[in-house]
Amino acid sequence: MTKADRKRSVPLLELAHARSGDKGDTANVGLIALKPEYYPILVQHVTAARVARHFKGMISGPVERYELPNLHALNFLLHGALDGGGTISLKTDAQGKVFSTALLRLELELPK
Amino acid sequence: MKPRSATVRIAAGQGFWGDWLEAPYRQVTGGPVDYLMMDYLAEVTMSILQKQKSRDPSLGYAKDFIPLMERILPIVAERRIKITANAGGVNPRGCAQAVAEVARRLRLKGKLRIGVVTGDDLLGRLDGLLARGHELRNLDTNRRLADVRDRVVSANAYLGAWPVVDALRRDADVVVTGRVTDTGLTLAPMIHAFGWRPDAWDLLAAGTVAGHTIECGAQCSGGNCLVDWERIPDLANVGYPIVEAAPDGTFEITKHPGTGGRISVAGVTEQLVYEMGNPAEYITPDCIADFTTIRLEQHGKDRVRVSGVRGRPATDKLKVSMGYFYGYKAVGTLVYAWPDAYQKAQAADRILRQRLADLGLKFESVLTEFVGADATHGPLARASAPLDQLPEVQLRIGVRSPDRAAVDRFTREIAPLILNGPPSVTGFAGGRPKPEEIVAYWPALLDKGMVEPCVEVVDV
Repeated sequence: MTKADRKRSVPLLELAHARSGDKGDTANVGLIALKPEYYPILVQHVTAARVARHFKGMISGPVERYELPNLHALNFLLHGALDGGGTISLKTDAQGKVFSTALLRLELELPK
Repeated sequence: MKPRSATVRIAAGQGFWGDWLEAPYRQVTGGPVDYLMMDYLAEVTMSILQKQKSRDPSLGYAKDFIPLMERILPIVAERRIKITANAGGVNPRGCAQAVAEVARRLRLKGKLRIGVVTGDDLLGRLDGLLARGHELRNLDTNRRLADVRDRVVSANAYLGAWPVVDALRRDADVVVTGRVTDTGLTLAPMIHAFGWRPDAWDLLAAGTVAGHTIECGAQCSGGNCLVDWERIPDLANVGYPIVEAAPDGTFEITKHPGTGGRISVAGVTEQLVYEMGNPAEYITPDCIADFTTIRLEQHGKDRVRVSGVRGRPATDKLKVSMGYFYGYKAVGTLVYAWPDAYQKAQAADRILRQRLADLGLKFESVLTEFVGADATHGPLARASAPLDQLPEVQLRIGVRSPDRAAVDRFTREIAPLILNGPPSVTGFAGGRPKPEEIVAYWPALLDKGMVEPCVEVVDV
């Protein structure tokens, strides 16, 4: 059996919901487990490094992650995500409102 | 002695300037509430208002607030509902005066007291502050304010709940403020109703969390909610949130009976993480709230109970928000139809960029998005979309420059593409895009002692 056979691909959309917003040129994405038992999966697999890889080419700065176990949520700060942010930005999503669902496009490789 | 009421009900009426005009009216007529809280000020609103005030000194506040007051003042006066609103912008006294005039027209003379909170406006004091060594460095970039001093158009310190409390203690019915924090407008009624002390950090943090939960209006009662969004009932008739607060710092989020929307743990959680930084350190002028201590539970239909909130002492700084002139921008759009919609839009973008280069125009940034393909999710979307079969694509191209002439010339290069570029193009009914002035945001910190809030209360 190969390693790939022992993994299954799960869209983050099936495990979590999210809301995003802005602070200057930083977008924040709050990622919330759809069920409490999914929260440890998010903590283990949706790391800052994984999210930074996911958004490669879309953000120019680092990714920070904070944990809110009480709300079964993670908060990500995506720095340099908004083309200068606020009024400076030329982007449709100048206020980072839909980075939430962009993160939910992530596919996790979970053990079967 | 008559005991104080066990709970106080604070209703959110506006989540931003431009929010649903029906919401405040429905909040004061749909059931019992004690306070109506309305948040009008976003980060860049103050500079827009400062510009209006420079043209006409009687302006500089949220103008929509006045007809709204005309509509609801008779109701709130009769039901003894008090109002906290940062609609005063950069001219709270002018705003209060306009409210007073409306109240007199409604024959509420002698029946209404208006509180005015000022002292947040630092525009006239900037040079003095800089001279005394307050550098007001940009919190994001660490640049000194001196670098852009001559381009600053607005400067306001964020005041907290306490000046609003002061106005309520002096029996103000309507409290109109300048740049008071969104959360302070909700926290202040709780401090006033329950007699919370300035160092009761857990209670102040709880009130701050309550404020954060309802400051965006219906965004915690079913609006913009991703979970189960198709089954959230009757958004056309959405109920805006109400905080039902208890003296011990616990509170419930609910809404009027018979309204649409939904108050759920999932929806409230979405709002709690909205515009969140470090969740353990939600810093306001009043306290530091720790969002990792919040406990939520569904407490019946459309009712979420919030408890457990812990807080820490406030810092000795206030945040200052400034607006400064940055340059110009413009955004133009054209719509391309099937077949090859995406490819035609891409070709038009290449042609336009070549023409801009041939004209020798210099821009700080030129950004192209293909709406329908990648404008919201960028390369993540392109990787999965059937780009060859899109029924239509909007080419959206924006430029930014310190040079107004370059931006202006760009706006004249869009329309020609209709006849001299790729085919099956439409969607130009709006005409040539207009160059816009960019007023950018400059956040900074300032010692609290440098800002002296001022509270006046006047009879109508």
